[in-house]
Amino acid sequence: MSFTLESDAERLAVAFSRVLRSLEIPAPLDSVLTFMNALSLVGITERSSVYWAARATLVRRPEDIDSFDRAFAVFWEHKESPYAPDEEVQHITLALDSDEEDGAADGNAEASDEPSITLRFSGVETLSNKDFADYTDDEMKQAQRFMESLRLAGAPRPSLRHTPTRSRGRRPDMRATVRASLAAGGEPMRRKWTTPSVKPRRIIFLLDVSGSMEPYARALVRFVHAGVAGRQKVEAFTLGTRLTRVTRELSSKDPDRALRATGEQVRDWSGGTRLGETLRLFNDQWGVRGMARGAIVVILSDGWDRGDPEVLAEQMQRLHRVSFRTVWVNPLKVTPGYAPLARGMAAALPYVDEFVEGHSLDALVHLTKVINHA
Amino acid sequence: MPIDASSTSDVAAGLAANGYLADEGLVTAVFLSLSLGRPLFLEGEAGVGKTELAKTIARWQGTELIRLQCYEGIDAAQAVYDWDYSRQLLHLRAAEATGEARTTNTADLEGQLYDERFLLKRALLRAIDHGTGPAPVLLIDEIDRADDEFEAYLLEVLSDFQVTVPEIGTFKATTPPIVILTSNRTRDVHDALKRRCLYHWVEHPTFDREVSIVHLRVPEASEVLTRQVAGAVEALRGISLYKPPGVAETIDWATALGRLGVTEIDETVIEQTLGTVLKYREDQNRVRDHGIAGIVQHAFERGLLHG
Repeated sequence: MSFTLESDAERLAVAFSRVLRSLEIPAPLDSVLTFMNALSLVGITERSSVYWAARATLVRRPEDIDSFDRAFAVFWEHKESPYAPDEEVQHITLALDSDEEDGAADGNAEASDEPSITLRFSGVETLSNKDFADYTDDEMKQAQRFMESLRLAGAPRPSLRHTPTRSRGRRPDMRATVRASLAAGGEPMRRKWTTPSVKPRRIIFLLDVSGSMEPYARALVRFVHAGVAGRQKVEAFTLGTRLTRVTRELSSKDPDRALRATGEQVRDWSGGTRLGETLRLFNDQWGVRGMARGAIVVILSDGWDRGDPEVLAEQMQRLHRVSFRTVWVNPLKVTPGYAPLARGMAAALPYVDEFVEGHSLDALVHLTKVINHA
Repeated sequence: MPIDASSTSDVAAGLAANGYLADEGLVTAVFLSLSLGRPLFLEGEAGVGKTELAKTIARWQGTELIRLQCYEGIDAAQAVYDWDYSRQLLHLRAAEATGEARTTNTADLEGQLYDERFLLKRALLRAIDHGTGPAPVLLIDEIDRADDEFEAYLLEVLSDFQVTVPEIGTFKATTPPIVILTSNRTRDVHDALKRRCLYHWVEHPTFDREVSIVHLRVPEASEVLTRQVAGAVEALRGISLYKPPGVAETIDWATALGRLGVTEIDETVIEQTLGTVLKYREDQNRVRDHGIAGIVQHAFERGLLHG
């Protein structure tokens, strides 16, 4: 490959990959080189040939296809801007700001049925059982450090992989036995064994980010981040008016970066709730297809659902059928006199294995125990 | 490199001649995969014909299809190679019985034991060490079911098309196999692996393509029935189901109806054969709630157009 861009195909490939990067679709150099080679094979005169060559070499996730299509249309037709005109994207920063700012008025209207907690001074209480809704920014930072120290490890399950063992195991380790018999002149004197190894179960966090959860979601997203960044087998999604997978965004070790990336990704932050619908999307696209099978599913939500409780119940049942354990974390559970009156919560409860609090650090410590417990 | 694939239209014709009708995107991806020698990574809903594509390419190229079905816990002993332990032990016992074991030193004995004749080649090694004939098609099916460790190993194999057996040495492919990976996307496969590959997301076919596919695969079904079945499936995909039917189900359904001697679909026939298309009780209920009459009507409109 020469260093000057000679042909039209090469110029075209480089220019297009720039457009893609400006839309935050990764276009690594090796893929661009493959794209150039592909163009030299299919030619650059036919729009559809170029389009499919670009898609085969540069796109790797179906989620990216829409933005890719926009970028391609712009690029090919030399339109003005590669940005989507359809919906105004609101970037909400999750980093430490705004106690009071609330996006969705309607989300609050629902929440206001609930007795709101107005403890403003925390002189008596220690941070450990202070309600997240009353945290100052500094306290949130302290809490974050504490959350990072919580070690999440899904309950272990036997894996299909075997590992060698010293004691008598379940299956003879023929490879090691033959090796050992070499020393004994061919007599398999010392028999070796293997035993199934154990693996931690996958943990899936489904975080409700609707308006009524706003005071808690701020803290809980940090807890989820600590979990995702700490281990490999943790998946995270946000539920609101839509379903957003945020595992990639949260996997950065740097909490500020992770939270900023998540805030940019999640467009329905502090919006309304359609728990049943978004749970259905989760089940269809990820959960029931395999991700939730044998996993520990942790739903962090107050259970306020504007949709049909029937839908939520049906989806919870589906999820419960495939998961190892379903945990519902409700920050409002601790409120005196709280009974799961929210229609959504009531519909979901029959399919919940563990119903726990989630309003304070103490509650999160307890939640960690529940998750790690075999 | 395959001889008869010098353009995308050659690929389309070659696949069609072997019973697979692909759209332009898939054809381009296959063409590029063959000519650039890159693995092709296919994702899409179950039943859109990902596995079938690999089989078709093997038929078309007249080579062997080596299939590696992934599952949780798959490891090198099941995917790459293993030793034939019972024969190894027999060999040792024989050496001992003839007194050879006492006269040969351990290193020589070890050399005899870890010889290629005691090596059991599994799918990956067979695809790489295929000899001098045409390169086989290696189908790595449902890679999303395997775990991260196996994926990392696969990355190594697919980068260099070579496998190292410590006791023997390195096997390198004379001509790299044609590699197709499929995934149902139950989890994200690592980016590094995807970057080695060309990627294609396989969609459900359009109505006209689906009609042509059913014609090709179920020639005994009449023109009207074929169009009606494709129309009914199109209507089913429009209802939000847990598992919308794929092409595989359309073909099954058309075959089943043909076998029952049905010439035109009606509500009773759909009711009786719904189990060939929808495999969830909830989905079947949803269709009944939605009204089978509506589906029959849509199927009839589709069936009439040119029929």
